[in-house]
Amino acid sequence: MDEKKRSEAYNRYVKAKIPKTKAWPSLFNSFLVGGIICCIGQGVNDLIMLWFPSMAEQTAWAYTLIVLIFIASFLTGIGVYDKIGKFAGGGSIVPITGFSNSITSPALEFKHEGIIYGIFVKMFTIAGPVIVTGVVASFVVGIVYLFI
Amino acid sequence: MKKNQTVKFRNKPRIVGSYSIVGPKEGKGNFASYFNYVMKDDSFGEDSYEKAEKKMFEHAIVGAIEDAHLQPDDVNLLLAGDLLNQIISSSYAARNFNYAYLGLFGACSTMAESLAVGASLIDGGLFDTIVCATGSHFSTAERQFRFPLELGNQRPPTSQWTVTGAGSCVLSNNGFGPRITMATFGKVIDWGINDVNDMGAAMAPAAMDTMLAHFRDTKTTPDDYDLIVTGDLGKLGSEILIDLMEDNGIKLGLNYNDCGQMYYTRNQNMLSGGSGCGCSATVLNSYIIDKLRKGELKRVLFMPTGALMSTTATQQGESIPGICHAVVIECDEENVDKYYKKVSTSTAYKTTKGNRKKGE
Repeated sequence: MDEKKRSEAYNRYVKAKIPKTKAWPSLFNSFLVGGIICCIGQGVNDLIMLWFPSMAEQTAWAYTLIVLIFIASFLTGIGVYDKIGKFAGGGSIVPITGFSNSITSPALEFKHEGIIYGIFVKMFTIAGPVIVTGVVASFVVGIVYLFI
Repeated sequence: MKKNQTVKFRNKPRIVGSYSIVGPKEGKGNFASYFNYVMKDDSFGEDSYEKAEKKMFEHAIVGAIEDAHLQPDDVNLLLAGDLLNQIISSSYAARNFNYAYLGLFGACSTMAESLAVGASLIDGGLFDTIVCATGSHFSTAERQFRFPLELGNQRPPTSQWTVTGAGSCVLSNNGFGPRITMATFGKVIDWGINDVNDMGAAMAPAAMDTMLAHFRDTKTTPDDYDLIVTGDLGKLGSEILIDLMEDNGIKLGLNYNDCGQMYYTRNQNMLSGGSGCGCSATVLNSYIIDKLRKGELKRVLFMPTGALMSTTATQQGESIPGICHAVVIECDEENVDKYYKKVSTSTAYKTTKGNRKKGE
């Protein structure tokens, strides 16, 4: 009991001592970068619609996503995306480019362990939980939707 | 009666040779001019970072033996450890040496652990010459304990940067060099910190415990030392340690500092500072031993701390236990001149050191 109390007291003391991240600059940075990424996406979408006027809007969105995912993977490969991420935080994680980065970066990291045991196995270590959560959530929502 | 944690060495084994090798980022840090060798890129010409870390180990071991003016056959035993699972860097490096080998794991405190064990073995007359080596690599540690390198995430302000570097020293009962006079073996202390990004706070209680035990056993005070240096508590951890010691009625003054906190310059923006086995090992084998040899530091209390965590245990909700071992290293005042004469007349020393600095 005494030890537990000491641990709690120590944790409280450390929590008070930890330097806080500055919220406003972080928010501004992530808003800025996230906004720029969205603008690029919108731009790509508009260009596709302009060049291929016969394409359905839904298909154009899919191509936009593919372009954004490619750009993010490419930037990850040449070592730029982690620098953007360091500056932007959530701004570069939340858009689909962050998802692309989270798959490309472990794939790059584990290439020395071989194609199957390295890249294939480790590729989804970070993105995997996101996918599982998404699938489970949509399943639950689908069931609920069925009955209302 | 309370049992002593401290051993006093009667024969006072000497550190006769030392060597440090670091990565490019560390080569721009505060200790830059003291390192023996700075790598141009952190893959060190190998195709994976694990292999690079192993190669750093081999460099450090060979370098320390050369620095001690010994032949490779003079060494009896190799004591080494690192951060990776199954301590592969040191074990795989050891297969290239024809020495008996003991692998140690004390996380980031391995340097002090190997010095304490090595000094005990020499003091007992069991071995003549022992090599102690340890090191760490940012990219291998990051991939084992945290996230892939290219992942675009932010680090919290308490996080520390694992030092890419390896340090090695040769202990012997004859020759010239600073002497190890005492060693305090630490206990595993856990005060319930769960945050893997806050190692400093997890290790500070262990540092406090060992420090208190040391002062109690040896009846010394902080003022008896020219330098009291912890390994990698970082900015936050060392502040916590100062607070904890003050609670116990011991005031740490200006002679206390932390290797991790001192390691990088302000412009490098390394948040809470350096960490890893390589942090304390490279500082000891460059700056501290250099000053001890010149007689600019007389008595140093070297006490690196280690967080004995594993990702599996942390994910299962365990808190992070810490450990700290302390070693007292004293300048051999009678032989400061002698040592210097020996070094300055020895051309071998100059050439090997000079060549290696330029990059072979």
